[in-house]
Order: sequence, then structure tokens, then C-alpha cells
Amino acid sequence: MMQAVNLQQSMKSLLKLLAISAFLSTAAYANEGGFEKANNDVSNKASLQRGARNFVNYCSGCHSAKYVRFNRLAVDLALTDAQVTQNLIFNGGKLTDTMTINMSEADAAKWFGKAPPDLSLIARARGTDYLYAFLKSFYLDPSRPIGTNNTVLAGAAMPHVLWELQGLQKAVYEEGEGVEKHFKGFESVTKGKLSPEEYDEFVRDTVNFLDYIGEPKQLERRALGFKVLGFLLLLFLLAYALKQEYWKDVK
Amino acid sequence: MSADTHNKVGTTGLLGWIDARFPLTKMMREHITDYYAPKNFNFWYYFGSLALVVLVLQIVSGIFLTMNYKPSAEGAFASVEYIMRDVDWGWLIRYMHSTGASAFFIVVYLHMFRGLIYGSYKTPRELLWIFGMLIYLCLMAEAFMGYLLPWGNMSYWGAQVITSLFGAIPYVGTSLLEWIRGDYYISDITLNRFFALHVIALPLALVFLVVAHILALHEVGSNNPDGVEIKKNKGADGKPLDGIPFHPYYTVKDLMGFVAFAIVFALIVFFAPTVGGYFLEAANFDPANRLQTPEHIAPVWYFTPYYAILRAIPDKLFGVIGMGAGVLIFFFLPWLDRSPVKSIRYRGGLYKTFIAIFVISFLMLGYLGLNPATTTNTYLSRLFSLLYFSFFVLMPWYTKADKTKPVPDRVTFDAH
Repeated sequence: MMQAVNLQQSMKSLLKLLAISAFLSTAAYANEGGFEKANNDVSNKASLQRGARNFVNYCSGCHSAKYVRFNRLAVDLALTDAQVTQNLIFNGGKLTDTMTINMSEADAAKWFGKAPPDLSLIARARGTDYLYAFLKSFYLDPSRPIGTNNTVLAGAAMPHVLWELQGLQKAVYEEGEGVEKHFKGFESVTKGKLSPEEYDEFVRDTVNFLDYIGEPKQLERRALGFKVLGFLLLLFLLAYALKQEYWKDVK
Repeated sequence: MSADTHNKVGTTGLLGWIDARFPLTKMMREHITDYYAPKNFNFWYYFGSLALVVLVLQIVSGIFLTMNYKPSAEGAFASVEYIMRDVDWGWLIRYMHSTGASAFFIVVYLHMFRGLIYGSYKTPRELLWIFGMLIYLCLMAEAFMGYLLPWGNMSYWGAQVITSLFGAIPYVGTSLLEWIRGDYYISDITLNRFFALHVIALPLALVFLVVAHILALHEVGSNNPDGVEIKKNKGADGKPLDGIPFHPYYTVKDLMGFVAFAIVFALIVFFAPTVGGYFLEAANFDPANRLQTPEHIAPVWYFTPYYAILRAIPDKLFGVIGMGAGVLIFFFLPWLDRSPVKSIRYRGGLYKTFIAIFVISFLMLGYLGLNPATTTNTYLSRLFSLLYFSFFVLMPWYTKADKTKPVPDRVTFDAH
């Protein structure tokens, strides 16, 4: 009887702990700011390959990914060494090199006002939803020296490098009370090479690649996790049976 | 007969040879096979052995991390990424260590809470409690210094903010601050000395204190959910009637507890190593930058109750004093508690009310410490800080005034 009561008390305390942690985690996610979901899938190899192509064509002119090694990419993205050398390495580097850039940080800071950050960990630092929203939110702003601005990161030093694909858009505001203005949405000014749906896919693939390079071992991690859990669950049954066997003598 | 067999424990052969020269069998008996523990341990009694398991995990995973980590401002961040990407199983070792840090605090907090509700700090276990509290202090220092090592931006600013608290001390503050940092701000020099303290000085102190904690425990014997001293009821053989040998009964029970713990641990390591930013903070994936503060600086979750107390008090010096008092006041529990009974099972409504207030305050302070100090949050922090301290300060009164129930002679236990 006492044992049953104890178990019930323990379960109650555990439930309380779970409730508190659930409460805390919703609090954490609430801070992330309501961005549209990126909905990328790091297990989609074709998407990662397209993302890698997008990255080397549009990002790696200015942004390094200095912790990412090319031969790791070859293995994880199911590409041959020759494919990686021909399609992803533009600066004459070797397969064993990491994705560095030739522009010096000092020059970059002079030209852009701020050196473009290394992107190895950008998905872990900012979140994939943020990146997805950022790459879709450049708009025309004549008050900026580069002619564009970004609603996700006001005063972004980065120009809209994807303008040929997305086209150009302007931000539309609703007049509020007094000087207040509410952002309503974007309106296309000139069409790009891609349709809005195609552009979304383009950005999603790119963000997917950034997610992958943030933690290249994440697929391996989850796959191993299932095996470890399976083993531990079996071990728990054995440990439980062993404990019962010994404890039946305790009167 | 050779001298080999002349030992007090009656072993022969190789073991006999050893026992004549080193108390191997004697120690095994004293601390494991002949250590009698109460048979009525419940759920709350898993966390002591789990804390020991996590300590070993942290030491072993830490040794392997040290093999590839570079303790310099130049190389630290990159070396952590090297471990995460290029070192075989490096990601697993690092996640075990980072998850282990939070797990250590979870099991230690639950272990301490067990001590609170069953009065495990009361006579004759005062010193056992004090050793435990010293372990807790060491653990806090260990965690704080370890947090600087990845050299992320939150590591950097967290260390900057927490070390700056020493600057609040009158007269010697500024010099003390420079002495601790070894520089005018957190720099390569600070990283180097924190590394030294994290990998050798504090682990050494921790292991020493854990040994002292266990020796003290085995000297006085374990408390239990009834708070009954099992040594008072001994059988004809001199063994406590309500006691069972630690081995095999609690070794097999703790093994089961360990596997259950490992399942939860594996769920985090393999499926959510950052735990939504609580175990590994997003801002710490940006390298340390002296010119750019993160948007919102908060310590890791296990320090936030005290951080909330610090922020609740408008004056910096008194804030630091309040925060320190919030931790150190636990040391005085054995003397603040005037109740004739140990366990919550036989205490009255007053105690139960105050411990409920304490738990709610601790959790709420933890939550408030994680969030920005808005006006409402600050007032809430003040309220819960007051309630938190009332648990301790009013303890001599309410434990004495409380109506307690009679404590049974023997522990309550139902065989299953």
C-alpha cells in the first residue's frame, strides 16, 4: 500500500516536472519571433545538392563556411570527388580544404561596412526560419546606399544578391495612427527569372544546405539515437527483471 | 603458513595476499557488501548514485574533449567545431559533456530536494549535508568556468557579466576583478586560467569532496523517507532490522535507475542536444565578440534562480550579497530546523505550506531569470525572492510551532 502511494507521489512529481519543462519550452519558442516555417528537410539529398549549388554560386563569393570540408560534403551529399571538384570548388582548392573565401576580412569590412559573416553555424545561431524569411524579405529602399533593405534585419549591409531570381519588390505599409506604419506585405516591382513558388524552393534548398552545414553529423546522430534507445530499452527490461528477482527476498 | 594468509578478513590466494597488504576486502565490505541501507528507499533515492554516474561521465568525456580542444582565444571556437565535425565521435563526446552539465544540476537539485523533504540534513547528518553543499558550490564554479571554454558570444558575455559582480565589492572590487580575469576584460588570459581550473583544480576538489560525502554517509548511515534511524533497531546479529546490504539490493536497483536515466539522457543527446536553446544557447554558435553583446544575456538555466535574485535587488552590491545568501543559506538548514521529526510524512501543514512556497519560488525565480527584466518581471522576482528567503528565515519558527505526527519505530515498507 505504502509502496503504491509512494509510486503515485513520484509519478505526480515527475508529471509536475514535465509540465514545468513543457511550459519553459513554449516560452523559449515564443521568443523566436513568428517567422514563416522554412520546412526544410536535411535528409533530402537532392535538395542539399541544389542548396550546395546555390551556395557556391550566390553566397560563397563573399561568405566563407570555413569549418565545412569539401570531402565531407562529397560523402554526405552523395557526390563523387570529381563532381565536387568540378561543381563546388571555384578557388582552386583541394578536396581536403574547407570552404574559405579569397576576400580578406579587412577589405570586406571596407567595402560593405561590415565583413560578411562566416556561414558555417548561421543556421544554429539564427534558426532556419529566420534565414528563410531573411532571404525572401529584401525590398527596394532608396534611402539605403545599396538601394535595398530587409524587413527581417533592418539596415542589412547585404545587398539583394538574388534579385535576378526573385525580381525586385517593395514593402507596402498600412497607415496607422499618427506616424505609425504597419507592414502589410510585399508587392512585386519587376519580375525575376523564377516564379514566386520556384524562388521559395530555391531559398528552401539553400536554407536546407545551411542547416546541414551547421551540424553535418545531425543525420548520423538521429540514426544512431534510435539504435541506442532500442538497446537501452532492452537493457531496462533486463535490469528491471534483475531487480525484481533480488528484491523478492526483501520482506 | 605464510604471512600472506595472515589477514583479518580470512581471504586466501591472490586476494589474501592483497588483503594482507591493502584493505581491499575490508573496504568492499564496509562500503558495499556490508553497508546496510534502509529498505524503504523510494524514487527520490536514485539521484545520489546518478550524480556519481554523471560525475564519472563528465570526467571521462572531458578527458577526451581535452585531447582536441585548444584553450586560446584564437583557437577555442574553431577547435570545438573541429571536434563537432572532424574528430571521430567528437560530436557525441561533446554532446554528452554539454548534456551532462545540465543533467548534473538536474540530479543534484533533485538529490538536494530529497534531503530537504526527508530532513536528511538533521542530526547526525549535518556534516554530510555540509560536504554536499560544498560539492554544490564546486559544481557551480566548475559549470561557470566550463561555460567560457567554447568561446561563443554567450560564453564571453556571460563570463563578463558574472565576473563583473566581484567589482561590486567595496574598496577591493576593481583590483579583485582584474586579479580574477588576469586582464581588464575577459580575454585569452582568462580563458587559459578558467581552462586550468575547469580541467584540474575543481574536478580534483569535487572528487575529494564526493569521497568525504560518501565516507560521512557511511559513518552515520542513510536517512530514509520515514526519517527513522534504522540503527536503533538491530537484530541478534547486530544488523539493522530495517536495513539491507547495499550490494546486491541497491546496486541492482540503482542499475535500473541508471538505465532509466540513460534513456532520458540519450533522448536529449541524440534528438534534442540544444533542448530548444536551454542546454546549448543559440547565441553561443556565434564566436566571442568583444564589440557585440548578444541581444539578451542570461546564464544557463541552472543559475537563473540566483540570477533573478541578483536582478531583483536594485543595488548592485546588495544584489550580489542577496544572490550569495540565496546559495549559502542552505548551509544553515541543520540549525534552522527545530522540528522534532525529520520526514515530511510526519510534519504538519505549516512545514508543507512553506516547502510548497519554496519550490514554487525557486521554479518561478528560475523562469524569471531566463527572461528579460521587464517591470512586471522585476516585481515578480522581488516577491518570489522574499518568499524564497522566508522558507529559511522563518524556519526556526514554523518548524517549532508545527503540529507533528508520531514517528513509527520502524520504517514503513510493503514487500512486493
